[in-house]
Amino acid sequence: MSFLHIDHVSKYFPNPSGDGQVCIFKDVTIKIEKGEFVTTIGHSGCGKSTLLNIIAGLETPSEGGVTLNGREASGPGLDRMVVFQNFALMPWMTVFENIALAVRSAYPEWSSEQVTAHVHKYIMLVGLKGAEDKRPVALSGGMKQRVGLARAFSIEPKVLLLDEPFAQIDALTRGVIQEELIQMWNTSRNTVFMVTHDVDEAILLSDRILLMTNGPDSRIAEMVHVTIPRPRSRETIIEHPHYYKIRNHIIHFLVRHAKHGPDLDGTSPSHPTDGGPVSVSFELETVMP
Amino acid sequence: MTEQVKGNPWFIAGFLLVIFLLGWHLFTLRPTFEAGGMTEEQLQMMEFNGDIVRGADGAFKWNPEKEKVRGVPGPLAVLEKARTELAEAFQIKGTNDHGIAYLVLYTVSRFAAGFLAASIIAIMLGVVLGLNRVLFRAINPFIQILKPISPLAWMPLLLYTVKDPKWTAILVVFMAALWPTLATTAFGVSSLRKEYLHVAAIVQLSWLKRLFKVILPAAAPTIVNGLRISFGSALVAVVPAEMLLGELGVGYLSWIEWNNLDIAGVIFAILVVGVVGVVLDSGFNKLAGLVTYQE
Repeated sequence: MSFLHIDHVSKYFPNPSGDGQVCIFKDVTIKIEKGEFVTTIGHSGCGKSTLLNIIAGLETPSEGGVTLNGREASGPGLDRMVVFQNFALMPWMTVFENIALAVRSAYPEWSSEQVTAHVHKYIMLVGLKGAEDKRPVALSGGMKQRVGLARAFSIEPKVLLLDEPFAQIDALTRGVIQEELIQMWNTSRNTVFMVTHDVDEAILLSDRILLMTNGPDSRIAEMVHVTIPRPRSRETIIEHPHYYKIRNHIIHFLVRHAKHGPDLDGTSPSHPTDGGPVSVSFELETVMP
Repeated sequence: MTEQVKGNPWFIAGFLLVIFLLGWHLFTLRPTFEAGGMTEEQLQMMEFNGDIVRGADGAFKWNPEKEKVRGVPGPLAVLEKARTELAEAFQIKGTNDHGIAYLVLYTVSRFAAGFLAASIIAIMLGVVLGLNRVLFRAINPFIQILKPISPLAWMPLLLYTVKDPKWTAILVVFMAALWPTLATTAFGVSSLRKEYLHVAAIVQLSWLKRLFKVILPAAAPTIVNGLRISFGSALVAVVPAEMLLGELGVGYLSWIEWNNLDIAGVIFAILVVGVVGVVLDSGFNKLAGLVTYQE
């Protein structure tokens, strides 16, 4: 039994143009081991954020379910914390208060000194010392998401759900925060499920990358193992011989599915007909250093 | 491109005020009574009618009592009235003749009671409706029908049911202040950004914490906008409510002075209403600044 098991999950929405239902995605099964970092990539509208919200318990699946550590995970909870694309910081609270709100709920038995010390530890960790009493409006996008990461890591959740966490951050800052995320994850080793558009980001951070076909009626078509050893950094990872192989493979997949659309997917060799995604792995021995 | 506008607004405001006062003074100015060219009979007739009186020096002048209702009084007459009223601000001369300080106190407390009660009820009800979309849609038609009714239209019914003008005046203010806050609170809460509620749900806040730490602060700017509209409409309602119900207050002062045919007094009462409104409004803005946030 895997740690986080997304078990045959489907999601339908009522058709906006009339009766009937639109299938967002169908029969998605993902097994994630403890401490694994798994990313889903797909075009806009393929339902990857909906999938993440279902794992978080913020939306309910039409079919199937999610189990965490052998227990069914329905409804939101402190064991599955989300880092949101648009940060979701409370604008009327300071940086400290935003994090403390989560910490107090996660550790209700703690004294206020313990809470304060814990919050400060995570503020230090994301390099926001001195900004504790600022409100989100006074922070840049990058700093806002640092608060979002600090809030998420501070409650030490079993699973961390990253919903396009760096999409609204400028390219230069994005790289810096990605490396900060790697460092935080290296010490905490949470199980992470991330969705993103960004192929480089996915390769840098993930153990496995799941490729989703276009919606509606999308599925997970392929599973790419990132066969690049850790620790990774943005500087060195591009030197690794697997890097561009993986990158090209994913980009080919995305371009192909953008061109054809879902009706031609059945003809695509990578599209599974029997349910399970095709596993793609670049063997180490094919590469000469 | 906008050009840098130069000038001191206070100077311009002062200048406009001086122009206004001067114009007011000149247009309401009456020449002093000239007895020349009139026969003794004519003068006796005018004195008999009370148009003129004999001054201390023996010469005739316009009767000041009759001057009060001849045309609009000038700024000096209003100033004189204001001086005497403010000098006896804290005196109570009779059942209906309380000093201006008491009148202001009565109006402000009447206003505050109605406004606060309406705000508390409107915010509570608004939060409930904002959180329950079905209930909101069920109740909304009633709100839409009740909202445009002038609060004064309720007065006869309220007077008939509560049978006490004191409470009726407060209830008129209450009715004036209820609807805008109720409608905007329900709207503000129902259109909260989803992520705030998502975060509250993930960190498992109790519903009380969810309400006071997330929902109310998040909707605060919208709620304050509703309160501001309620505040204005309650302030507008309190004056005619006092007039119609005969409840002592600055609104009633204007009506008493009209009954006394003291037009300078009416103008003074109008100015007091304006000043009270400004003071209350700036107090409200200070409070509003504390709960709003920038996104």
